[in-house]
Amino acid sequence: MTTMTIAKAINEGLRATLTNNPRALLMGEDIGALGGVYRVTDGLIADFGADRVVDTPLAESGIIGTAIGLSLRGYQPVCEIQFDGFVFPGFNQITTQLAKMHSRSNGNLTVPVVIRIPYGGGIGSIEHHSESPEALFAHTAGLRIITPSNPHDAYWMIQQAVDCQDPVIVFEPKRRYWLKGEVDTQTPGASADPFKAHVLREGTDATVVVYGPLVPVALAAAEAAAEDGHSVEVIDLRSISPIDFDTVTASVQKTGRLIVAHEAPTFGGIGGEIAARISERAFHSLEAPVIRVGGFHMPYPVAKVEEDYLPDIDRILEALDRALAY
Amino acid sequence: MGATHLPSTEFDGTDMDDQLEAEAEAQLGAPPEPMVQLLGPDGSLGSDPVFSKYAEKLDPDALRGFYADMAKIRRFDVEATALQRQGQLALWVPLTGQEAAQIGSGRASQPQDYIFPTYREHGVALTRNVDLAELLRQFRGVSNGGWNPKDTNFHLYTLVLAAQTPHAVGYAMGIQRDQKLAAANAVDGGEPGQPEEPKAAVMVYFGDGASSEGDVHESMVFASSYQAPVVFFCQNNHWAISVPSSVQTRIPLANRAKGYGFPGIRVDGNDVIAVHAVTEWALEQAREGNGPVLIEAFTYRVGAHTTADDPTKYRGSDEESLWRAKDPLDRLEKYLRAEGLADDAFFEQVRADGDELAAYVRKTTHDLETPDIRTAFANTYVEAHPLVAEELAWFEEYSAGFADEETPAPAPATEARSAAAEPEITEAAN
Ligand SMILES: Cc1ncc(C[n+]2csc(CCOP(=O)(O)OP(=O)(O)O)c2C)c(N)n1
Repeated sequence: MTTMTIAKAINEGLRATLTNNPRALLMGEDIGALGGVYRVTDGLIADFGADRVVDTPLAESGIIGTAIGLSLRGYQPVCEIQFDGFVFPGFNQITTQLAKMHSRSNGNLTVPVVIRIPYGGGIGSIEHHSESPEALFAHTAGLRIITPSNPHDAYWMIQQAVDCQDPVIVFEPKRRYWLKGEVDTQTPGASADPFKAHVLREGTDATVVVYGPLVPVALAAAEAAAEDGHSVEVIDLRSISPIDFDTVTASVQKTGRLIVAHEAPTFGGIGGEIAARISERAFHSLEAPVIRVGGFHMPYPVAKVEEDYLPDIDRILEALDRALAY
Repeated sequence: MGATHLPSTEFDGTDMDDQLEAEAEAQLGAPPEPMVQLLGPDGSLGSDPVFSKYAEKLDPDALRGFYADMAKIRRFDVEATALQRQGQLALWVPLTGQEAAQIGSGRASQPQDYIFPTYREHGVALTRNVDLAELLRQFRGVSNGGWNPKDTNFHLYTLVLAAQTPHAVGYAMGIQRDQKLAAANAVDGGEPGQPEEPKAAVMVYFGDGASSEGDVHESMVFASSYQAPVVFFCQNNHWAISVPSSVQTRIPLANRAKGYGFPGIRVDGNDVIAVHAVTEWALEQAREGNGPVLIEAFTYRVGAHTTADDPTKYRGSDEESLWRAKDPLDRLEKYLRAEGLADDAFFEQVRADGDELAAYVRKTTHDLETPDIRTAFANTYVEAHPLVAEELAWFEEYSAGFADEETPAPAPATEARSAAAEPEITEAAN
């Protein structure tokens, strides 16, 4: 066990991947000498060289498109998109090409490309640097989407993403890059399956489902609720596509109440999908409607007001009050 | 402010333009001609300081082969158009007029090269030994692909314009890495006595319309930056559906290559000999590590864009006749006859072979099997996926619900029920 930040854990995970898998390579803007704008790839070019840690031209469609070509040749590229809001020039390649190559080739071709996207707000940044576009990708069949919330998961999930034969998008919660935690680099333990949700805290009165940056917020909210005598179960979804509905369903069958929180706008978001599925799967267990907590239907607002936009402890507690009132 | 006032670090001391020009000249041996042509519309063979030597390598068999291929694919095109008219295909994308561009370039590739087509490259497919009936699967709506690219190194068609161009560059970057790894292994001792892998290149096709897409630009930047072994083959057939090429570009498309720092050549796309020569040269350049080349094949789409198109709405028949006079088959026929390389019997045989191919394609199209929708469930992901499993289970149950009914079940359910319940069936297994 060693203690490290999420950023360092991803760095170490990438290092392990590059060491163990000669077909893996990293590509992205400024990921070489600079080590990426968040320094996630720091030091890797020194150890693996410019052919394995590739500073690309400034072109997202080019990065993802050439990664697809490399994967068709048997390589396993890991692309870094500098910020969430800049994935859109590459959206076409991801949704029309990457996601569909396996199915349109009738299973003959695989394109195990990994795309890392630092996402989410709370860092006081300017526009296009704080978005949570995960639902736009989750809606596309053929992609898998995971998001770590702690260093141990981060270390293993990036390696699992590269090992996966499907394309995987790893949304990295950028405001948690400096969150420290224990990492067992010997064995993934409970993190062996990247697509399985984790129950982080057991409870009996309500379930709060979160992922990525909101995990610590939900845990703090549960702590506060406990002081008021409410027992809240907290689930870290970890995988946004597929979603581990079995774990969520089992929890709701126990607690009877469900709150889903994410930074992305609630409309058309992952929360709505979870609400719908759970109402289908566990209608009779529900004692209240599923309540969504999320961003508003607006472009991500300016940094000075982002605190009003981002779900926080109080917003989750307010939702909990509403659920408990039924 | 004049250029002299602009500080420059990266180009210090060199005039980049001159340098590139010099490099291009050094590679080509001479400044590029405005348009390379060897076989004129009248069937006479001209010469070119660089490319004639490639043409000289072509023996009579090869030349007759070019003709046979072009005639075959034209016949196939006519057949596919007829099949569409008869409701057997949802859509057809004709290639008539572009046979020389496709056969000439495709025949210049070697088996180890990998080809990324767009959606009109039926002639290239022929040169790569793709079963032409399989090519029709996509247009009949029984597959979004239809063949296994690994069998022929001919990738699937791509309908999102230009999306395949970065794939080609990435693939070429992969070839580069493979070569480096192989070289490193050889130094390490490797496996003695192993024959050296033949050097490979990638060729990617796109149209004059697609050349405006950002992906082409990004691809050329990547290709140039990494000196990837890729040949960009642009078929300038003058029309992007109803929009003339002048709306896509104000300069010859081949000239754009210079801006990226690699050679660009405009070739008479209706001259199969010149196209072959230029492509062979370009692929050699790429395979030998000299980086990318852009070829612009100056040609014409004689018919409609697709069977859904009406060219009379946007262009005059005089333009079409002008280009018909430059027909790629006619000019090669003239040459072959004048040189005594082919006689009536040969052309008769070619016609008969074409009819045979057409009959085969007609028959096979009718027989193309409609897949079980379970193949789509099976191929959405490589690895097991709970949502897919859940929806498939629902579908099975739903379909089974029709089993006891006397009235016929909805079409997909009937087919699904009658097919073997094997979720992992893939079309390749058919
Ligand atoms: C991204 C995208 N936009 C629009 C279309 C619709 N479309 C299909 S073919 C075509 C014209 C393409 O012209 P060109 O690239 O010159 O190729 P050609 O068909 O003439 O061979 C258009 C606009 C498309 N397939 N993809």
